Amino acid sequence: MSKKHWQSFGELNNSDAYKQSVKDEFREDLPMEAADNGFLEGKTPRRDFLKYLGFSTAAAAVAASCEMPVKKAIPFANKPEDIVPGIANYYATTYVQDGDAVSVIAKVRDGRPIKIEGNDLSPITNGGTSARVQASVLDLYDTSRLRFPLIDNKEVKLEDIDKAVAAGLATAGNIVVLTSTVVSPSSKEVIAQFLAKYSGSKHVTFDAVSYSGILQANEASYGKRTIPSYRFDKAKTIVSIGADFLGTWLSPVEFAKQYAVGKRIDEKKPEMSKHFHFETVASLTGSNADERILHRPSETGSVVAALLAAVNGQAVSGLDDKLKKGIEKVAKALVATKGESLVVAGSNDVNVQILVNAINEALQANGTTIDWSATYNTRQGIDADMVKLVADMKAGTVGGLIIYGANPAYAWFNSKEFVEALKKVKVTVSFNTKADETTQLCKYVIPDHNYLESWGDAEIKTGYYSFVQPTIYPLFKTRQWQDSLLKWSGATTDYLAFLKTYWSGKVGGETGWDKVLQDGVINPAAAVITTASFNAAAVAGASAAISSYKKSDKIELVLYQKVAIGEGQGTANPWLQELPDPVSKATWDNYLVISPALAKTLLKIDLSVGGEADAYEVQPPKHVVEITAANGAKVSLPTLIIPGTHPSTVGIAVGYGRTEKLGKGVLADEGGKGMGANAFPFASLVNGTVAYSVADVTLKDTGDLYKVAITQTHNIYDTPQGNRTEVMKELTLAEFKHNPNEILEERDKELKPYGGIANFEKEGTIYPTFDRPGIKWGMSVDLNTCNGCGACVVACNAENNIPVVGKIQVAKAHEMHWLRIDRYYTGDPENPNVVFQPLMCQHCDNAPCENVCPVAATNHSSEGLNQMTYNRCIGTRYCANNCPYKVRRFNWLDYTGADSFGDNQQPLVDEGGLNEVVLDMNDDLTRMVLNPDVTVRARGVIEKCSFCAQRLQASKLTAKKDSRPLEDRDLKVACQQACPTNAIVFGNANSEKSEITTVRKANEKRLFLSLEQLHVLPNVTYMAKVRNIEEEGEHHGAEHKGEEKKEDAKVEHAGH
Amino acid sequence: MVRLRSIAKTFFLTLTVLMAFSFLNIASAQDGKALFSANCASCHAVNKQLTGPALAGVEDRWPDKAKLYAWIKNNQAFLKTGDKYANDLYNQYNKSAMNLFTNLSDKEIGAILGYIKAYKDPVTTPIPGDPKGESSDNSLLFGILTLVLAVVALILLQVNSNLKKLSDDKEGVPALEPVAFWKNKAYIAVVIVILFIVGGYYTTMGAINLGRSKDYQPEQPIYYSHKVHAGINQINCQYCHIGVYQGKQATLPSVNVCMNCHMAINEYKGEKIINEDGVEINGTAEIQKLYKYAGFEEGKTWDATKAKPIEWVRIHNLPDHVYFNHAQHVNAGKVACQTCHGEIQKMGEVKQQNDLSMGWCINCHRETKVQFKDNGFYSIYEKYHADLKSGKIDSTKGITVEKIGGTECQKCHY
Repeated sequence: MSKKHWQSFGELNNSDAYKQSVKDEFREDLPMEAADNGFLEGKTPRRDFLKYLGFSTAAAAVAASCEMPVKKAIPFANKPEDIVPGIANYYATTYVQDGDAVSVIAKVRDGRPIKIEGNDLSPITNGGTSARVQASVLDLYDTSRLRFPLIDNKEVKLEDIDKAVAAGLATAGNIVVLTSTVVSPSSKEVIAQFLAKYSGSKHVTFDAVSYSGILQANEASYGKRTIPSYRFDKAKTIVSIGADFLGTWLSPVEFAKQYAVGKRIDEKKPEMSKHFHFETVASLTGSNADERILHRPSETGSVVAALLAAVNGQAVSGLDDKLKKGIEKVAKALVATKGESLVVAGSNDVNVQILVNAINEALQANGTTIDWSATYNTRQGIDADMVKLVADMKAGTVGGLIIYGANPAYAWFNSKEFVEALKKVKVTVSFNTKADETTQLCKYVIPDHNYLESWGDAEIKTGYYSFVQPTIYPLFKTRQWQDSLLKWSGATTDYLAFLKTYWSGKVGGETGWDKVLQDGVINPAAAVITTASFNAAAVAGASAAISSYKKSDKIELVLYQKVAIGEGQGTANPWLQELPDPVSKATWDNYLVISPALAKTLLKIDLSVGGEADAYEVQPPKHVVEITAANGAKVSLPTLIIPGTHPSTVGIAVGYGRTEKLGKGVLADEGGKGMGANAFPFASLVNGTVAYSVADVTLKDTGDLYKVAITQTHNIYDTPQGNRTEVMKELTLAEFKHNPNEILEERDKELKPYGGIANFEKEGTIYPTFDRPGIKWGMSVDLNTCNGCGACVVACNAENNIPVVGKIQVAKAHEMHWLRIDRYYTGDPENPNVVFQPLMCQHCDNAPCENVCPVAATNHSSEGLNQMTYNRCIGTRYCANNCPYKVRRFNWLDYTGADSFGDNQQPLVDEGGLNEVVLDMNDDLTRMVLNPDVTVRARGVIEKCSFCAQRLQASKLTAKKDSRPLEDRDLKVACQQACPTNAIVFGNANSEKSEITTVRKANEKRLFLSLEQLHVLPNVTYMAKVRNIEEEGEHHGAEHKGEEKKEDAKVEHAGH
Repeated sequence: MVRLRSIAKTFFLTLTVLMAFSFLNIASAQDGKALFSANCASCHAVNKQLTGPALAGVEDRWPDKAKLYAWIKNNQAFLKTGDKYANDLYNQYNKSAMNLFTNLSDKEIGAILGYIKAYKDPVTTPIPGDPKGESSDNSLLFGILTLVLAVVALILLQVNSNLKKLSDDKEGVPALEPVAFWKNKAYIAVVIVILFIVGGYYTTMGAINLGRSKDYQPEQPIYYSHKVHAGINQINCQYCHIGVYQGKQATLPSVNVCMNCHMAINEYKGEKIINEDGVEINGTAEIQKLYKYAGFEEGKTWDATKAKPIEWVRIHNLPDHVYFNHAQHVNAGKVACQTCHGEIQKMGEVKQQNDLSMGWCINCHRETKVQFKDNGFYSIYEKYHADLKSGKIDSTKGITVEKIGGTECQKCHY
C-alpha cells in the first residue's frame, strides 16, 4: 500500500528494509558478544563482569572520596560599569561576510558573544536570520583562525610586517586591491585613500559566485550597474528561473520574509501568492514552489525567451511539449496578475537577464514588485574585471596584490591560471582570517578580525545602513584590514577614528553616533517604490544571441550552492556541516545530485522497486561516479538520487574540496583530505561572464562505494501493521476554498468515538486530567510559511549546547539535533511536491515517554513542559523507544568531554569511532561559545527539546521583577527568534492576549496536532500546508486509510 | 499528679501560642528587615547614628504617623509644607538630603517601621537547622542505654542456656557439647547483620554527603569580616553584592568597590577581632593587604589600573547541573540573605551555614510562601486567588513555591 506522503523511496514502496528500520528505535545491536552461547562463554563472562563491577565501584569510591577541590572566586579588579557577571549584554552589530550583510544583535555573556539574533530594527530582515548567520558566532572561536601576522608562513610582529609591506609596496609598481564585495561605505573610502597614495593602483571586486550577468544586464536595460529591491511580498505570481531566492540567492533572509507574506493564509479570505519555479537541480526554493517545472541548464535561455514571447502573447516554439505547456501556463498566470507579478532568474548570463528585465517590463513589475528606490550593494563583482586582472598579473604588470575576503585560488573558474599568475606578483598580501587557498600563496598575511571583534559599517541597500561594533576584545594578534590600509596609505588615524569622523557629521555628533551603535541601523524615511526607465534597445540583441545558443542532448552539469555552505563560507563550520541540507538531508559531504530516472540508466538502481531502493537508501555507502568535462575538470563524488532534478542534469554543490588548513570541519572521516571535491573548475567563461553549468559531462560509475551520512531515513517509525497515520497534513488551496472545514471535520470524525475534538482530552483516557493554573507553554508551527531553511536548527544548536557528533556518528543515526526538519514528498516521484515539517519534542501532556522512565528522569511540569533531568537519567532509552515522534536523543559517546573521567575521547578518535572535529569542538577556545545557562550533557543520558527552559525561566523572572503578568515581549525561544518567516510562534497558551492564543484561534481550520489520535496531547500545534494549485488533489492526510486506522489507534493506545 | 499534668498542659499551650506568635512576627519582620536593608541601611542604623539619625523610637518622636509616612516617601516635598519638626531635623543633619522613596507603599513603610520597633540588638541564638547540643547528647544516652540493654540481654541469654543445661542434666537429657558463644552461629549471624546495618547506614550517609561542604570555612586571602562590615557598620549587602537583585550571581565586589571606602578608612579601630582559632586579627594589617592588591600607597592618589584581582576562595558551590538565581530569590521572592547564608552579619570569615543539598532546597520550596498577593506576576493564577478567597486553600499555609511548580525538575535543572 503506498502512502501519499513519503520521506524516502523505501517508504514509498514499503520495502523490506524500511519495514525493518521502523521496527527498532535504535538500529545497531548493543555490543554484547556471544549472546547465543550464553554469557559464560562470551569474552566477558560473569566472573569478569563481577571483577569489573568491583573495580569500578572501588575506583569510583576512591575518586569520589578525594578531597574536594578548592575553587576560587575571582572578581574584577575594576569592574566595568555595564558588565555584571551572569547577566548578558546585547550589542547591535552586523554580520558581514563576502558581501552578505545582515543586521544582528550579539548576546554577550561575561564578555563572550555566545548567540546571534536578528535585529528587529532592520526593515530588511526584520529580526530574521539564516543558518549561516546563526552559525557565525562559532567562527569567532574557530581553532584554525590565523592568530598572528605572517611573513612566508613565519610569525612576525605587526611593526615588522608593516615595515616590510610598506617597503615592498613603495617599489612594487601597479597595486591591485582585490576584495570580495565591500558593502562598507567607509571602507570604500579607506580603499580610495589607499589607491590615491599609490598611482596606477586599482580596486577589483571578485564574488565567488558571480552576479555579473544581472549587474551588466541592468546596466544595459536601466543604465544602472546594480540590482534593484525585489518585493516578493507584493507579488501575486512569482516566477523564478533557477534563482534559489529562499536559500542562497542575493538576500535570502529578506526574500523568505517577503515570500511568507504571500503564503500566510487568512482563513476568512483564503488567498495566496502563486509560485512557479523553473529548475534543473532540486533546490530549497524549488522545493517550496507551488509548481516546479524541470528543464535542462542549456535550455535556460530558450525558456526565458519563450516566456517573454508567451507573456507578449506570441507563440512558444522550439521547446518540448511539456515545457511548452508549462511556459504557456506560467505566462497566463503572470499576465493575469499584471502589476503584481515578478520574475527573477539566477543565471549569470547577461542576455538571459536582459530578457528577464523585458519580461518584468511587460508585466509592469518595474515600480510595483521591483523597486528601484533602493538597490543592493551586496554583490558588485564584474567577471570581466577579474579576467583582466588575471591577464595583467600574467603579463607581469601587477606589482602588488592586496587581498581581502576574496579567494580566487579556490573559487575562480580558472584557479590554476590565477595561481600561476600570482607567482609573478612581487608583493602579495592577504587579510583573510584563515589560511585559505589564496592566503597560503601570499607572502604577507595580516589576519583580519572576526566581525564580532571589528568596527565598521555596511550599506546593505542604498540608504539602509547597518553598523558593526566589537562585542569582544580581539582574541588573537589580528588587525582590522582597514587599519592596515590606512597605515600603508600614510594616515595617522586608525580605522575607528576614521569611521567616527566619517559618520559623526552624518548622524549628529557623539550622541548621534552612540544612538546608531545602540540601534545598529539607520533606515531611510518611509520608502516609496520607484521605477527606473527601461531601455529596450538591448532586448533584440539578447534574443538573437539566445536563439543561437546550442542545445545539448547530453548529460549536463549544474553547480549550485547549498543553503548552509554557500560559496564555501560554511565549509569549516561544524554546525553548518552537521545541519542536514534541506533538500538532500545529507550532512558533512559533497555529492553528485542525480534524478531517479538517471539512476536507472547510470547506476542500474530503479527506486520504484523496493529491493533496489533498499540497496541505495538503507546502506549508507553510495556509488562513486567520476564526472569529466571537456575543459579537463574531473572529480569523483558519491551520488545521491534527489527527485525534482531534471533527468539529463546532474548537480554538484560548490564550497567543498577545501584545504585542510581551514579546520577540522573540512576533514573527511578517512585520510587528511579535504571533504568532497571542488566544483569551481567546471565553471567556464561564456560571453564574458562565468557560467556555472556544463552542457556535456561524462559520467562513469567507478564501482567504488562511499559513505554519506544522510539523516532523512533516521528517526522513522511505523506501526507493526505499517499503516501509521501520517504526522503531517497538506491540502490544496482549491480544496481549502471548497471546504475550509475539511481538516476540522476529519479530526472530529477521527476523534468522535472518544468524545470528539472538544472532549477528547477527558474522554480519550482512563487517567485523570490535571489543572494547569498559571502558565501553559505552547508552540505553533505554520507549515505554510516554513520553508525548511534550517536557521532554527542551528539556533537551537547554539542556544542549547547541542554537541557536534561528526560524520561517523551521524551515519549511525546518532545526530543530536533537538529540532529536525522532516522532508516529505508527494506526487510524481520524478518531480514531487515537497513539504517541510519542523519536528521537535511535542511536550505531550500525556507523554508516553514519561510513563516508562524507571527513574522518573522525565516527567511533566505544571506549565505543560515535558521535563528532562539529565542528572537523574540512567540511560535506559525506554523513553526514546516509546516516543511516537522520535525526537529524543541519546548521548552514545562522550561528545562534549563532560564525563567525570576525562580523556576518553582521544582513544575513540584514534580507533576511528569519532571524528576529530568532535575533539575540536571541545577545545578550550571553541567551548567559549557554550551557553552557561544550559548543562553540557555527559555520555549516557537522553536529551531533547526543552522549549528553551532557560529562556522560559528568565522570562518569568523578568515579569516578576516588574511585578506584572508575563507578556509576549518577555520571551522568544531560540527557533522562533531565528525563523526568518515567523513560522514558529511560542507563548503562554493560557493567556487570552498572547500571540500563541490569537494565532491558534485565527487559524482554527488549518490547525492540527501531529498524531492526535494517540491521545498524547501535544503542546505543539501545526497549521496544515496549503499548496496553491488548482487541481483538487487526492485527499490529504491519511483519510484514505479509512477504518483500519481506527483499529490501529486503539491498539496503540492500549500499548501505553 | 493531676495538678502537675494540668500545669504541664498550660505550659505547653502557652509555649505553642508564644511560638506561633513569634513565628508570625518573624514572618512580617522578615519583609521589614529586607526592605530596611535594601532602602534605609546605607544611611541609617536602628541604634546608631550614621549619615542619618538612629531610627529606634522614630514613631514616638514624630508627632503624626501620616506626616512620618509622607516624610519617608518624599522628604523634599514634605519639607516644603513647612513642617517644623521636619525642617529642624533637616537643619540638624546639615541639610543632607534623604533619598526619595516614592516607590515604597504604605504597607512596606509599615513593615520597615515594624521591624525598627521590634529590633533588638543581635544576641547569639542557636541557629535553626544546626543539630548541635541536645540531640547529640541524647543519641549518646540512647547509645549507652542500648549497649547496657544488649549486655543484659546477652547475660540473660547465657543464664537461660546455663539453667536449661542444668535442668537437662537433672532430667537426664543428653546434653549437646556446649558451644562457646563466639562460635555460636546465631550470635555470629546477629553480629554480622548489625554490622551490615550500621556499616550500611554510615556508608550511605557518607555517600550522600559526598560533595557537600557544610561548615566549610576556608581561610581567605584577606581576613574580611562580615561582622565588622555588615553587622557592626550595617553596610547594606547590596552595596558590595550588586548582582543579587539583578541576576544569577550575587557577585563579589571588585577591588575598586572596596577602595571606595578604604581610601579613607585605613585603620581598624573597632572591637577586637578574634578568629575561629582564637587568634587575634590585626584589622589594620588586613586593610594593608587590600592596599597591596589595589596597588595603593597611602598619601598618593590611587591609580585604579594597577589593581590586581583578589583570589577569594569560593565557599558556596553548587554542582554544574543546578541553576540557581539570586534575583529570583532575593528580588522576586523577598528571601532574606540570612535564610540561606545564616547570620552572616555575625560571621568573621564566612562559613557555609547549610549543606546546599537538594533536600534542603526542596524543603524550603515546600514551606515558603511566594509573594502571591504582592507580586503582579501571580495575578494569572486566578483559580488560586479564588480558592484563597473562598477558603478552599488554607490562607495560613498560603501559596507555597511548591504549589506553583517550584519543586519540578526543570525549575533548577536544564
